[in-house]
This record gives sequence, structure tokens and C-alpha cells, in this order.
Amino acid sequence: MTMIPAESYRGRLERALRSGRPVVTCEIGSPDGTDPADVRKRAKLVRDYVDAVNVPDNTGGVVHAAPIAACAILAQEGIDPILHMTCRDRNRMALQSDMLAANLFGIRNILCLTGDHMIHGDQPQTKPVYDIDSIALIDVANHLTTTGTYLSGRAIKPPPDLFPGCAAAPFAPPYEYRPVRLGKKVQAGARFVQTQIVFNVDRFREFMGRVHDLGIDKKVPILAGVAPIRSVKAATFMRDEVPGMEVPDRLVRRMEAAGDDKKKREAEGIAICVEIIEEIRKIPGIAGFHIMPIAWESAVAKISRDAHLQPATAAPRPPPEAPVPAPIAVPVSAASVSPVRGT
Amino acid sequence: MDSREHVPAMLEPFGRVLRKHPRVNEQLNRAMAPFENSAKVLLFSCNMCGQCLLHENGYTCPMNCPKQLRNGPCGGVRMNGHCEVRPEMECVWLKAERRSRYLPGRYLFVRLHAPLDWRRKGSSAILNAVAGFPGDVKANEKE
Ligand code: SF4
Repeated sequence: MTMIPAESYRGRLERALRSGRPVVTCEIGSPDGTDPADVRKRAKLVRDYVDAVNVPDNTGGVVHAAPIAACAILAQEGIDPILHMTCRDRNRMALQSDMLAANLFGIRNILCLTGDHMIHGDQPQTKPVYDIDSIALIDVANHLTTTGTYLSGRAIKPPPDLFPGCAAAPFAPPYEYRPVRLGKKVQAGARFVQTQIVFNVDRFREFMGRVHDLGIDKKVPILAGVAPIRSVKAATFMRDEVPGMEVPDRLVRRMEAAGDDKKKREAEGIAICVEIIEEIRKIPGIAGFHIMPIAWESAVAKISRDAHLQPATAAPRPPPEAPVPAPIAVPVSAASVSPVRGT
Repeated sequence: MDSREHVPAMLEPFGRVLRKHPRVNEQLNRAMAPFENSAKVLLFSCNMCGQCLLHENGYTCPMNCPKQLRNGPCGGVRMNGHCEVRPEMECVWLKAERRSRYLPGRYLFVRLHAPLDWRRKGSSAILNAVAGFPGDVKANEKE
């Protein structure tokens, strides 16, 4: 493991978002055990295709290793991590101290979320905290950075440098209120937006239209969430069990038609994802994509190849090589004669 | 943002007394809280957070949300408009949004709200409003 100086990775996401080129981020599963090699392995699968990598915070209310550790490992590897922070498990004191802890590790991007309720998780008897909400959490991150003080007003020496972001949920009612709520988040200090997974592009287009009318896409970059569907089971699960996600039946039927063969259905899932990306590209106001491969990190490479996604901070791709010229049918004897220079 | 913004200026001397004499505040609170509590519980299933937002949210108490959000709905509202945590209940925020269209104070619905000051939980929101309390993070800054 080689240590990379802090300056070279801090703010890579911000640099990418400021570059004006489309940005790609993706999510990797948070470690379900204590093996750091597992995090490195997942990171290696995606690192060349993205500008920054998200690590979720106990998604679905199921306990995993704290994402801050995984993010610290990513930072050591020279990847700019995006730390998910939820209000479910910690009160405002713990959240502030975790933000500073994150900064100590070289993590600066923080995605502020309300958090999935534990009722859907494996330990539903837990006491929910929800001391503050996601918008207040954005405000806290912004407060720490811009004022250099804790919420109490006590000075932080030296103050943290955080880059708070937020999520958007275009697929949960009340649909007409969602863009306004996004505006509230931006007003509170969110500096980038990652949306829920888009399967229903029509609804997303409507949402983005309203966001555009409100001028929000001018203020913050919005990354559209996309995900490959792995199987019919995954599709129906997302449709029926995950609130806030909308999977049109059309897509479920397409997955059914692809059959049971693993290779075929995975290829179909990726093809659907690529099609959705192509459609979202036409919507004005999108600054990039956020790929959520849901424990299928190897799909990221395929998706970015098929959809021609490229990290904004990567060196521009070399121009396609000139096709290898066909051998010229010239007699050997003629070739050996040196060309006659104009005299 | 200050809790006193909707309180008539006439009551300001009274508010000053409350701020200056915490014991008076405490006694009045004891006398008033049960009545305020029962009335608001009956009418709006209030949770006595002590920092009332009823007038800003179409007279729907946001503290009935299982996540106790004060700034609008989470991203988990079901397609039928019900809560992700309690599927049998309509999302509090959907109700609030709908009702606020017909009730005064709609313009307040989109405001940013500070997190709750948990010290005020269970006390009379009316007295708190008259006395004035640091409204939010931003207000704390100024002090
Ligand atoms: S669905 Fe509505 S009531 Fe339920 S937790 Fe989310 S915001 Fe609260």
C-alpha cells in the first residue's frame, strides 16, 4: 500500500464537478466483516471508472461495518470517498464528532441522509435516534466548515473542510413537493446532489423540468442515480419492498423475458441500465451519473464502457488509433529502391 | 428565525418577564401545559415538542412522523402515500402538504426549520413562543 499525499486526492470530487465535464460516481457495498482486503478488492473493481466512491451507512437498517473505516481505506488508496451519514443512529453531537473524524482521515465529501428506518432491518427493536433531520445535517456540515465552530459556537482548531451533499427522491410522493424540498436542501448548503435510482425516466424528466424551472440545477450539480438490475427477483424486490423506488413493470417483464440463464439476464440488466443512461443524457441539467451496483461492483466497468462514461478527472482518452494500414502490394524490389527526391 | 415572529408585539413585556424570571415561567408552564397539551392532542394529535410548527404545516404535527422530521418528507414515502415505517398510516407530510393548501400559512411550509431543542419537550409551546427561544442553529450563532 502506498500512501498518497493528502493534497493529491482531497477534493477530487469537487474538482470533477467544477470541471464542467460529466462526472461519474459509484457506490460500493459497505464491508460486512473485518477484512480490509475486501474493501480494497471492491475499490479496485471501480476505481478507474469513477471520480468518487460512495460507501453507504448501514443501508436498509442492517448493521455493517461503519462506512468511515471503509472510506478511510479508500482515501489511503487514493480514491476520493463519499461518506454517507445518516441521522438514524447518532445525535447531533455524535454527528459533529464523526464529521471531524472523517476529516482527520482525509474524507471530505459527506452525503447527508435521513437514513432508512431500522424497522426494515435485522434489528427492528432498536431505538431510533433521528435527533436532527437530513436538512439540518447538511446545515451542520456547512456550519462546521464555513464558520469554523461547533454548533455551540466554540472554535474548532483547525476547522474542518467538508463538502456536504444530499440525496433527492423524485419517485416518492408528494411529487410536486420534491423539487421544492431539494431547493431547501440546497438552501441549507448542499453542494452536490445524488438522486435515487432512476428506472422511470418519464417521472424523472418531469422532476428535472421542475428543478430546472426553480433554477436548482444552476446552483448545484445533480448526478442521476442509475443501477443495473441483476435478476427478476431483484427487480420485483425493488419494486415492491423498497419504498421510494419505482420500477416500471415493463422492465420487470424484460428481465423475465431474458430468462434464468445468469449470463443472459445480467447482460439484459446492464443493457437496460445503459439505455436509461442514454435517455437521461438528453435531459437538461444533469451533471453526471451515480452508479449503484448493489453488491455487483464488477458491473460498473461494463456499464461505463457500454454507455461511454468517463470520469471527469481522468486524462482524456487517446483518440482512436488509426486502423492498421493494409500491406501495400509493391514488389520487394521496388520497395528497396530509395525514393527519388525532387531534383 | 425567531419563535416570536407570530406573537403580537403587545405581549412582549410579558415575554420579558418570562425570560427574566425562570421560576414564573416554570410555574406558569406547569399550570398551562396540561391544558394546552390536552387541547392540542385532541385536535391535532400533538406531541408536545414545545416548539410548535402546527401553523406552518397545515395544522399537522410533524412529530407524528416516525422519524420526527421537521423539514418535509423522507425519501421513503410509499407509492400510495403511506409511511414507509408504518404502512397503515398516511405519511404525515403528505397530509401536511395537502392541508396547508387550504389553511393560512402555506407560504411558511417551505421554510427551513432548525432541529428541535429537546430541553423544551413537554413544555407549553405558547409560553415558549412568547418568551422567545433561540430558533435554530443560525440563531445560536448570533448569541
Ligand atoms: S414516510 Fe413520511 S411519516 Fe413516514 S418516516 Fe418518512 S416522512 Fe415520516
